[in-house]
Amino acid sequence: MDILIYLIPIALVMGLLGLGAFFWALKNGQFDDPEGAANRILQDDPNEGA
Amino acid sequence: MADALHSLKQPMPNLCLHCGQPCSGEDRYCCRGCEAAAQMVPEPEKQRAVLNAPVLSGKDLSVFVSSRDADQHSLVLLIEGMRCAACAFLIEGTLNKQPGVAARVNLTTRRLTLEWKGDKGKAADLIDCVTGLGYTLRPFDTKALQDDDAREEKFLLHCLAVAGFASGNIMLLSVGLWASNQQDMGLVTRDLMHWLSALIAIPTMIFAGRPFFRSAWQALRFGRTNMDVPISVALILTTGMSLFETVHHGEHAYFDSVVMLLFLLLVGRYLDRRTRGKARSAAEDLLMMVAGTATVEEGGVLRLVPIRDLATGMLVRVAVGERVPADAEIVSGQSEMDASFISGETVTQPVVVGDAVYGGMVNVMAPITVRITATHEKSLLADVIKLMEKAEQGHAQYVRLADRVARYYTPVVHALALGTFLVWTVGLNLAWQPALMIAMTVLIITCPCALGLAVPAVQVLASSRLFKHGLLLKSADALERLATIDTVVFDKTGTLTEGDLQLANPAQIGGVNMQWAASLAAHSKHPIARSLYENYGGKLLDVAEIEELPGRGISGLIQGKQVRLGRRDWSAVHAEIPAQDDRPETWLAIDGAEPVRFVFEDSLRSDAAATVAQLQNAGLRVILLSGDRESAVQSAAAKLGIADWHARVTPVDKNNLVEKLRNEGRRVLMVGDGLNDAAALMAADVSISPSTAMDITQNAADIVFQGHKLMAVVEAWRTARRSVRLVKENFFLSFFYNALAVPLAMMGFVTPLIAALAMSGSSLVVVLNAQRVKRG
Repeated sequence: MDILIYLIPIALVMGLLGLGAFFWALKNGQFDDPEGAANRILQDDPNEGA
Repeated sequence: MADALHSLKQPMPNLCLHCGQPCSGEDRYCCRGCEAAAQMVPEPEKQRAVLNAPVLSGKDLSVFVSSRDADQHSLVLLIEGMRCAACAFLIEGTLNKQPGVAARVNLTTRRLTLEWKGDKGKAADLIDCVTGLGYTLRPFDTKALQDDDAREEKFLLHCLAVAGFASGNIMLLSVGLWASNQQDMGLVTRDLMHWLSALIAIPTMIFAGRPFFRSAWQALRFGRTNMDVPISVALILTTGMSLFETVHHGEHAYFDSVVMLLFLLLVGRYLDRRTRGKARSAAEDLLMMVAGTATVEEGGVLRLVPIRDLATGMLVRVAVGERVPADAEIVSGQSEMDASFISGETVTQPVVVGDAVYGGMVNVMAPITVRITATHEKSLLADVIKLMEKAEQGHAQYVRLADRVARYYTPVVHALALGTFLVWTVGLNLAWQPALMIAMTVLIITCPCALGLAVPAVQVLASSRLFKHGLLLKSADALERLATIDTVVFDKTGTLTEGDLQLANPAQIGGVNMQWAASLAAHSKHPIARSLYENYGGKLLDVAEIEELPGRGISGLIQGKQVRLGRRDWSAVHAEIPAQDDRPETWLAIDGAEPVRFVFEDSLRSDAAATVAQLQNAGLRVILLSGDRESAVQSAAAKLGIADWHARVTPVDKNNLVEKLRNEGRRVLMVGDGLNDAAALMAADVSISPSTAMDITQNAADIVFQGHKLMAVVEAWRTARRSVRLVKENFFLSFFYNALAVPLAMMGFVTPLIAALAMSGSSLVVVLNAQRVKRG
């Protein structure tokens, strides 16, 4: 069971990285316009032909 | 810029108008599919005629541009008139075609962020680009009140994320702890798990528990309690006790339960705040209407002055489509004004030199020059804003049902826990650690989280059910308020009626007269003419020598004959009509023929009578308040079966009447759509407005309903009553569970595992019960 000494902290660090990424995304304004993001996939790219 | 509009009107030769692929010969579309799709989109020109004229022109908004350096500029604007994502793409596409311009539309907040390289004055061109498409742009004050709300929401989201992360990771460790026992695991491993849980839990508590600790502290400081006090106490004590256990190599540490509790509570709180966040400060919106500039004329020179700086005696030019900035008197020009701000009616009133006009009126027909008679603070608009601000403060004092329950619940629960502790230690001589554990179990098992969820669970579901019926709930406690009403006040135009003018006597007119009238009407901006033109689907004749006279009508030459379309005293002087009939009308006089009368009516919504009947049958008192003429209001009231009606009501009067009703002890629901209803909407206990209303009015209302069915009001009321019933049921279920569990806990029969299970179980029951709001 000694392996837990390494494994658990590694898991926690990875979790913290995820949390950090979430905070960055929040600060960057990624969540500011959920409706816009949802609708943009339907927009036609003006550069393409069709 | 000309290219952008140009490309909308005429495509490049031989490219399909819809998809841009090359097409053969002189065809406008490459295939039948594209042709059919394109026919479904109304032409921008016709769209422009239908949408309102822009409020501020390009040059007015340039003052709000911020510059990063000499040639990097940016500007944030609010877009009005945007109905869907296609509008956003149209705006973005048109603007992004320009070199050096980056435009992005935020669909959620309806903001347009413009960034461009080059000349600062280019802002005017870009703005005209968008207003040319038919949208209205308003300056966006980046220091506005909504930033506070947004910050609060972001803060909650941060706490939520941290709590989520923590509970997930502690659960990881807990699986091991619960699945095993001391013999298999060994003391050291178990202690390691506990310590790691503590390491995660304690910073999480400090960081993510702040919303509750702050709120509880605020309440305690003033000698009150709210829902957050027992929650905070439970959180702190449980964490403390778990830490104590960990340090003393104890067996029971509750980091997982307490962090999960925190996470679920934060979820409930965040969802609650999101629904509340949609209600922007309506008073701010009205203020933004006068945030622009006015064109002041001094000694023959024109200059732009911010509206707040206008003084009495100043001469101001009001262009077509502009709002009068403050109460004033006309000194030159004549026109027709849209007084919907005051009366709610779109029928314009003619004004000439010497007439008084009010701040907020829209100039429809021709440019005029006015002299300011009262500064902005003393204008009618300012009065309405003050009323709305006062009402907003009143709303903030509404104590929610959950908090009212907490007032009693909290002291009782704490007394019980303390009592348990004392009885065990002093009365029954137990050591203080196990006694504390039992007391903690009592606190945990009384589960503030079921109570904390009882209300949001129902409200979130009620919200989504209402949403499916086309109703947007803007603040969660609106449902609570809606359930208690006993009086409903309706506005007439746009609320009980469709809000547009329909031709009432087509049978008496005949095809030829319609064609001639529509041909003339096509060249006028008057709302009656526009209604005529839009309802005519046939071919238009050519008209020469068109002359539009504000206050009178429009004249021209069709097929060599002199034709007039306008007011009776100008185009049909000797015509006779029944005395009582003062509906909006216009007369068509073709040289040499009898004048033909066109009568317009604002038709009632198809289910208005049924809605009123249902409300009255349910025992609610229904009142009609309108700014319109007495005869129109009387006939509408008669058709709907409303005995209590008032006509010619000003916006301030509406507000006062609603307040009078409230002072009598009545609970009032106000349903209105006009700018002139905004103050009354805020003064009422709860308010509903149709989605066809101006943005400002929609923001003032608690609930917005889509579509043409007024029955939505009844639907909302029924759902509100059902929700409140379910919330009470949920509270009862929580209490019932407590009544069972607490004595067991107090007697020490409940192990912490059972306590944790019971806690989650009760929350689950509460949430499942809330689902019942969807049925029935």
